Amino acid sequence: MKNRSYNIKAMLIATLLSVLMVVLVFYGSRELQNFDAALVTYLFGTVFAFFGIVYRYTVWLQRPPTWIYFKRGVGFLFTGKIFSHFCFAVKESVENIAFQKFIYPRGKYRWLAHFMIAVGCTSAFLITIPLTFGWVHFTMAPNSISVYEAHFFGFKVMDFDLDSIMAFLTFHALNWSSYMVIFGAGYYLRRRLTNPGLIATQTFESDLLPLILLIAISVTGLGLTYSYEFMKGLAFDFLAVLHAVTVILFLIWIPFGKFFHIIQRPAQIAAHIYHKVGKQQGMAVCEHTGEEFTTNLHIKDLKKLTKKLGFDFDREDGTSHLDLSPEGKRSRLAQAHLRARQDGGNLFG
Amino acid sequence: MKYSGFNPNEEFFVDMQRCIGCKACEMACAECETNGQEPMIHVNYVDRASTVQTTVQVCMHCEDPVCANVCPADAISKDEFGIVHTANTERCIGCSNCVMACPFGVPKKEENYDLMMKCTMCYDRTSVGKKPMCATVCPSGALFYGTKDEIQEMRPNSTPVNTFIFGKETVNTKVNIMMPKGSSELVIF
Repeated sequence: MKNRSYNIKAMLIATLLSVLMVVLVFYGSRELQNFDAALVTYLFGTVFAFFGIVYRYTVWLQRPPTWIYFKRGVGFLFTGKIFSHFCFAVKESVENIAFQKFIYPRGKYRWLAHFMIAVGCTSAFLITIPLTFGWVHFTMAPNSISVYEAHFFGFKVMDFDLDSIMAFLTFHALNWSSYMVIFGAGYYLRRRLTNPGLIATQTFESDLLPLILLIAISVTGLGLTYSYEFMKGLAFDFLAVLHAVTVILFLIWIPFGKFFHIIQRPAQIAAHIYHKVGKQQGMAVCEHTGEEFTTNLHIKDLKKLTKKLGFDFDREDGTSHLDLSPEGKRSRLAQAHLRARQDGGNLFG
Repeated sequence: MKYSGFNPNEEFFVDMQRCIGCKACEMACAECETNGQEPMIHVNYVDRASTVQTTVQVCMHCEDPVCANVCPADAISKDEFGIVHTANTERCIGCSNCVMACPFGVPKKEENYDLMMKCTMCYDRTSVGKKPMCATVCPSGALFYGTKDEIQEMRPNSTPVNTFIFGKETVNTKVNIMMPKGSSELVIF
């Protein structure tokens, strides 16, 4: 990384994976037979976003503190009681990634709104990305005018009657996603416009723009359905272009902005595994308070990490300032201050 | 975020020997809008078995914040006024690296939220030219927010210091600690 504005390792990995993705698009769509040419702009947006995400993720992993959690997390997962570690990781992923349970104590409406955005976005990605790649396509069943078949990678996976509830739910799946995102993002937009703490610290590009983009994508997307269902196709072309513009803006914004947290979140599971395994290996006891405050592993790693980052909190006797708990550090600071005041001859002054 | 109301001439001055442990600052801190009703200031007994001495600790807003350096999620940032902000809620993974690495013992891990939170020098207030909540309520002058001239007039026998020595490490901060007149640093060990 020395004086280079780009990271060669990240560039290589991102390029390789992006090429692999294009190859998968080619073969997954059965050599472009099932590829929908109308979606080609979305494909370019997705490939760019993918490249950017992998690039930033790789750069991010190379940061010393991130690398510790990645290395330790993956290492622990594959050593010792592998099955039990995997069960723990799955449980943690369901609770924290799928249900984002840590948001609930911060506010039940905040959790609900976030959950709605998460479900809406995830379902929309699961539908649109395979469609864009030509991995999923629909055909009429042979010798029938009322049965529809869904294919994945060119293999048939399911069929349903055109006037069934299943068909209604499937054809409008993106609309359900849109409603959820609009309600969720609307709640957060209101919060960001009224909460004084957030108003003081937020920025337009990292906090408001993502919400506006989410709402714009959902509203223009819904507009397409409303246009052909209720307005005889009024302004459909315009809406289609507008929708594509908002979605592509969103896609190319993922690697740079707020949406990158979706990609970063699994690191939380690594942190949980790290602390669980660390606890089993033993707790660190604060030399000032005499109480346990974190794991030995954590302190050991932090000592190495801070040194690597150019900080040296070692004492002359070989111990470290980091051997103190936060309360111990505050107390030692106060004691040093008291000594200085006493030496100065006046406690206050 | 680009508030023009932040007064760069006003600074924070802490004198923990003046702390009487009343915890008025804790109550006031919980009113800070950036914390969401959780007090972030620390008041604790220094060594309860042998003394009634208490100490008070706000975030020192280091020039090169260790907390931000050890954060694996890039969740902590320092702004153009030198304020080190609390963890970005969508990024923080609750690993506690910052909590354990901060030499002043400032960041708090809210276990419930799986989130680190810390003092932002009441950014909602200081960014519009007001004083931090804790400094407005401290009855004993342990916490003071104002100009260098004001503190010099109030404490003619003290010097504000913002250099701290932790063994081989020197930490410079935005927040000052009041020391005997003529001091240039506080040596912790």
